[in-house]
Amino acid sequence: MIEDGKRKYFRLFRDELERIAVRPVRLMEVCGTHTMAIGRAGLRQVLPPQISLVSGPGCPVCVTADADIDSFLGLAKERRVTVATFGDMMRVPGNEGSLADFRAAGADIRVVYSPLEALELARSNPGQEIVFLGIGFETSAPGTAQAIIRAGREGLKNFSVYNLHKTVPQALQVLLDDPGQALDAFILPGHVSAIIGEAPYRFMPEKYGVGGAIAGFEPTDILAAIARLVKDINSGCPRITNLYGQVVRPGGNTAAQQILAETFEPCDADWRGLGMIPGSGLKLRPRYAGFDAALKFGVSRAPAKVRAGCRCGEVLKGILRPVACPLFGRTCTPEHPVGPCMVSSEGTCAAYYLYEGGKAHAS
Amino acid sequence: MCLAVPAKVISLDKEIFLGEVTIMGNSKMVSIALVPEVEVGDWVLVHAGEAISLISPEAAQESEELWQAIIDG
Ligand code: SF4
Repeated sequence: MIEDGKRKYFRLFRDELERIAVRPVRLMEVCGTHTMAIGRAGLRQVLPPQISLVSGPGCPVCVTADADIDSFLGLAKERRVTVATFGDMMRVPGNEGSLADFRAAGADIRVVYSPLEALELARSNPGQEIVFLGIGFETSAPGTAQAIIRAGREGLKNFSVYNLHKTVPQALQVLLDDPGQALDAFILPGHVSAIIGEAPYRFMPEKYGVGGAIAGFEPTDILAAIARLVKDINSGCPRITNLYGQVVRPGGNTAAQQILAETFEPCDADWRGLGMIPGSGLKLRPRYAGFDAALKFGVSRAPAKVRAGCRCGEVLKGILRPVACPLFGRTCTPEHPVGPCMVSSEGTCAAYYLYEGGKAHAS
Repeated sequence: MCLAVPAKVISLDKEIFLGEVTIMGNSKMVSIALVPEVEVGDWVLVHAGEAISLISPEAAQESEELWQAIIDG
């Protein structure tokens, strides 16, 4: 939690926010890593009551739809392939178990740190089909794109990607279109923005009159973003501000944008809680279609079956606090997750369980 | 999963866009295709084996402490 030296600073900040928060405001932190940092520092507790901070759909594992989870689990189960995935995905529950369960039952599933490691698996096991689970937002998609480009150059035939990459701004638009949300401003993700820059968020103030601040991950960075947003709301001048200039260039990372444009084209994507969002997915361009695992192995999308009782969908939209889910901390814990929001280290339910009194709530 | 952590560049092979970095004391090979201007000794933010941004040594040190704390839970 907050060390002594910083406490005083926090109190000063809280007083400043108290002074400037002249009416109730509802802010959303989009990014799961922000949710984690906010929980760790106990920021929700230091904010004046006029400022409510809700968590958004910024955890890639959490927003993956049940139908997609069951589809790639189906692929893993066939055993003809080796599935390479980030550790976060291992315990995500599908209707017939998780990747971890399938591995225990004999399926060949490897945890990798990066798409490049998955590529190395393909190089060193030429007789084996390696399928990398491509999950993540704009921060992760360039890595998958790199692996595909390299595989293409090397003529690797046994490497493919089961691609579930998604893009953030389209999801924010869905939240803005939802009259039930009434969000006043967004704390925007730092590392997604390092890739895409400021421009993709401009529609928010221009079309919706809602601003955003790109923020770093220190507690003080987040408080500074909140203060900036509240001041902009007060002055009636919503805008996009970049408060993470040491990492995020205004134009983003142009090399990454080029690589993404070469490899992917936009497609519709299904988000847990938000549904099908036009143009929010990334599909391999026809010239790279040979690396698309869904095409290569004829994976048809599993029918959607939502697990009983899990309310991740509402949590991801910021309309239900995790502690209000009847399963939270009882049948659903990080050790035995019922929904993906409890699995990932950046999942909202996991963050609330670890840091926001969830454990106490459970016992 | 969008976590990017600071890393110091130890060596580079620009021909194949790979670099060796140390991330919190561990050495790793990462792709440097997204930061073509990088030089040995620079600090970068690394996400899942991909250097996504050049950063200043000061920013790196600050965030290293933060990431260590977040990773440790
Ligand atoms: S507490 Fe568990 S069951 Fe409830 S919404 Fe969160 S992940 Fe789903």
